[in-house]
Amino acid sequence: MTYSSDAERLLNATHLAEVQGRSLWADARARFLRNKAAMVGTFILFGIAVFAIFGQFVAQHERDMIDFTLIGANMQKGVPSIETGHFFGTDANGRDLFARVVQGTQISLMVGIVGALVAVIVGTLYGAIAGYAGGRTDNIMMRIVDVLMSIPFMFVLILMLVIFGRSIFMLFLGIGLISWLDMARIARGQTLTIKNKEFVEVAHATGVAPFTIILRHIVPNLLGIVIVYATLLVPQMIIFESFISFLGLGVQEPNTSLGALISEGSSNMAYGVMWQLYFPLAFFVLTIFAFFFVGDGLRDALDPKDR
Amino acid sequence: MLLDIDNLRVTFSTADGDVNAVNGVSFQLDQRETLAIVGESGSGKSQTAFALMGLLARNGRATGQVRFDGTDLLSLTPAKMNKVRSNQIGMIFQDPMTSLNPYIRISEQMAEVLTLHKGMSKKDAIAESIRMLDAVKIPDARNRIRSFPHEFSGGMRQRIMIAMSLLCRPRLLIADEPTTALDVTVQAQIMQLLADIRDDFGTAIILITHDLGVVAGFCDRTLVLYGGQIMEDGPTDPVFADPSHPYTKGLLRAVPRLDRDDDELLTIAGEPPDMSRLPQGCPFTARCAYVQNTCAHIPPELATFDGNRRRACHVPKSEVSA
Amino acid sequence: MTEPILSLRDLSVTFDVRPRGAWPWTAPLKLQAVSQMTFDLAPGECLGVVGESGSGKSTLARAIVGTVPSSDGQINFEGADLAAMTPRQRRVHRRDVQMIFQDPLAALNPRMTVGDIIAEPLVTHEPGLSRADRKSRVQDMMKRVGLLPNLVNRYPHEFSGGQCQRIGIARALILKPKLLICDEPVSALDVSVQAQVVNLLRELQRDMGLSMIFIAHDLSVVKHISDRIVVMYLGRQMETADAQTITTRPEHPYTQALISSVPIPDPVLERKRPRTTLHGELPSPISPPSGCVFRTRCPKAQATCAQALPPMLEVGPGHRVACPYHQAENVLAVSA
Repeated sequence: MTYSSDAERLLNATHLAEVQGRSLWADARARFLRNKAAMVGTFILFGIAVFAIFGQFVAQHERDMIDFTLIGANMQKGVPSIETGHFFGTDANGRDLFARVVQGTQISLMVGIVGALVAVIVGTLYGAIAGYAGGRTDNIMMRIVDVLMSIPFMFVLILMLVIFGRSIFMLFLGIGLISWLDMARIARGQTLTIKNKEFVEVAHATGVAPFTIILRHIVPNLLGIVIVYATLLVPQMIIFESFISFLGLGVQEPNTSLGALISEGSSNMAYGVMWQLYFPLAFFVLTIFAFFFVGDGLRDALDPKDR
Repeated sequence: MLLDIDNLRVTFSTADGDVNAVNGVSFQLDQRETLAIVGESGSGKSQTAFALMGLLARNGRATGQVRFDGTDLLSLTPAKMNKVRSNQIGMIFQDPMTSLNPYIRISEQMAEVLTLHKGMSKKDAIAESIRMLDAVKIPDARNRIRSFPHEFSGGMRQRIMIAMSLLCRPRLLIADEPTTALDVTVQAQIMQLLADIRDDFGTAIILITHDLGVVAGFCDRTLVLYGGQIMEDGPTDPVFADPSHPYTKGLLRAVPRLDRDDDELLTIAGEPPDMSRLPQGCPFTARCAYVQNTCAHIPPELATFDGNRRRACHVPKSEVSA
Repeated sequence: MTEPILSLRDLSVTFDVRPRGAWPWTAPLKLQAVSQMTFDLAPGECLGVVGESGSGKSTLARAIVGTVPSSDGQINFEGADLAAMTPRQRRVHRRDVQMIFQDPLAALNPRMTVGDIIAEPLVTHEPGLSRADRKSRVQDMMKRVGLLPNLVNRYPHEFSGGQCQRIGIARALILKPKLLICDEPVSALDVSVQAQVVNLLRELQRDMGLSMIFIAHDLSVVKHISDRIVVMYLGRQMETADAQTITTRPEHPYTQALISSVPIPDPVLERKRPRTTLHGELPSPISPPSGCVFRTRCPKAQATCAQALPPMLEVGPGHRVACPYHQAENVLAVSA
């Protein structure tokens, strides 16, 4: 009889210490750490974050201080150099480009991260609730998303910026409004598959309240996909903001973002001050690439189909 | 002798090291013979079949000898193997949907086999396909051949798979758990069909299964695999009536029987083995009720007894039978 | 007879099926998954439910635990009709009725530790319990079902199928429910592990005085564990009798066909057994045959079978058959 022999074995074994399990997250972390491209991306992102946060302490000049001696002589005196303290040179108005790139990176990263955060929190919950509730609730909630998605947001955002004035707050609001829509759809689709898993049914049969089921059983199993999508959403948001700023509608002077800096640099290309384009562009491209690599790495690490 | 397998080994290289799925399996199969390969998950029963069909996963490697009608299948080029596979050996799987294309009509899928391998015209091929569907008792085959796979029930799909694998009149049919996904009444139909095919076409059949009941009603010979090794092999009647290996004996006692009232099922303790960490000796050591000192270290030899039975066990047969 | 712990009265479950390509406002088709199931379950009894896929046996289980709403009839559990309760009222009763599922791994949340999984019913129904008490109860339960208690912090994917099913059993039993519903609990397991789980369930049932409904397609296993057996076909009850009677003296043609299809691991017996093979296919539950649902495949079908539902006839003590042309026949016996 197995039971008694099992029990015996158990009695002998009860002194054993508790064994720590290896969670799926730990597995994913190990896979991520093994992915070289993703690790390089992570390091670059880390470097860029350090640059954005601590760059202003390294900068020799205030970002909005105009060096009048340079106006008109930018080509000769505004060249990037260590001696003058203008590491990245100066912009067309004689302001320190290094300090401005620091700020631009800050704002771009913030836009991306705020957008992704809104998407993760609002989108995931919205999608999970719609998917889990199903039926009419699901229908109504998803039709709302459809309606919102069918509005040409770029146009509405531009209108908003024109009517309510151009401000960072408006920009964040606009980005927050659209970023969660896709996420809600993805989360709902995933929820529909997870909902039919037996462990959700078990919880339901046990008498766990619906919202607890969503938080305890659905959301943790959604997170893998959500995180991957969020990391891919960040660069999308950065590009989005850059585009708005490139049009001159986003962040306003004296503040700046990478998009605004690239716009400025490209308009001065004809004057031979290429550094005004290259430095912001380099940071922009590096950031975007790094996010994509990290996102890919996370997808490989978290995708359950891999196992 | 139709098939002669000698010391077949299958190894998979994985990230965590090599996994030995099949460890030196040898057996022979005559024309018209039906052989059951019985085992649990991880016994290597399916991998044995995949190896001799040349269908191993990419990280798998088969060594040893597989002689089919005199030719060594393991040394054939993929193109030649493909030819053997389509003309000489048919295979049916547990889930017919994995080998039927859901987007192509049955008629096209069946006719393609014949036009490709037998050089038949499309018209003849379809006529032959209909004849074959009739043979596997698909009602109204003439009209239903134009349907798509999902329009059939599970049992019907399995019949179509059988018809397809028989199109080129193979001399050997390998059925890998053909009825596991089906209901018992449908299972009975399919097993009856396989028996008819054996009698009508003279096809040799290897039935891979975990279900001892199915084996009892169908196969001439039974081969029991565990941990990628043969535990016992012999004609079905004596293997069931007088199992010579502790594993076979345990397996037979662990399944409840409809015709008997056993108060308590006798179990085999423990779990099926982890193939990446097999013991040096007999793979069944950890679960065996008759275990001896030697078992864990010295692999038992597959010895012949009673003329046509084989067993791999250190414990004398008289002790196991008692 | 003692008061039954569970008694179903004409329980039916209907699903709405939307035909493909239909407008959103057209009335959906009705799929009768379970029709007019009526049976009693005595305390401490184990009732087996057998049927093939599409017989509605899993839906029946889900209607009793309440993850699928019933459309008609009563589910009387200890005198209270579960089917008439609001979701909130019913949640309180859920602690007494627990369920074990077919796919042991799928029934466990991959992101939770085994300890948390087993503790979930405790957290839900006894929120006042201290962390230490909860843990000791979880570990006691783990020992009880044959799992090492020091594995509480492991995750489901680190266990084998048989162990996962033991985890499922531990979770189902930690609240000491009165009724345990097992939906194909062993059919996903290896043969040698099946017996372990069956024995464990039997032993736990005896020790804890559980009432049990054991659902499976494998008649041999059901017969082994059950006191009484209900045979279902296309959502309807065909025959009910105690396990011994149903295997040796089945009266319904479907039961007889089912039994004669079950393979028996004995080559000599298998060769001699008479076989009645069923022909045809399971009809669609959306448009079931008129009258007796089995008539399209029944070897004994008469013209009258199509006209009305066959009455449930009492042919012996506790032995009921839904066939007017019933006749006892031992399809297991070997004719000389």
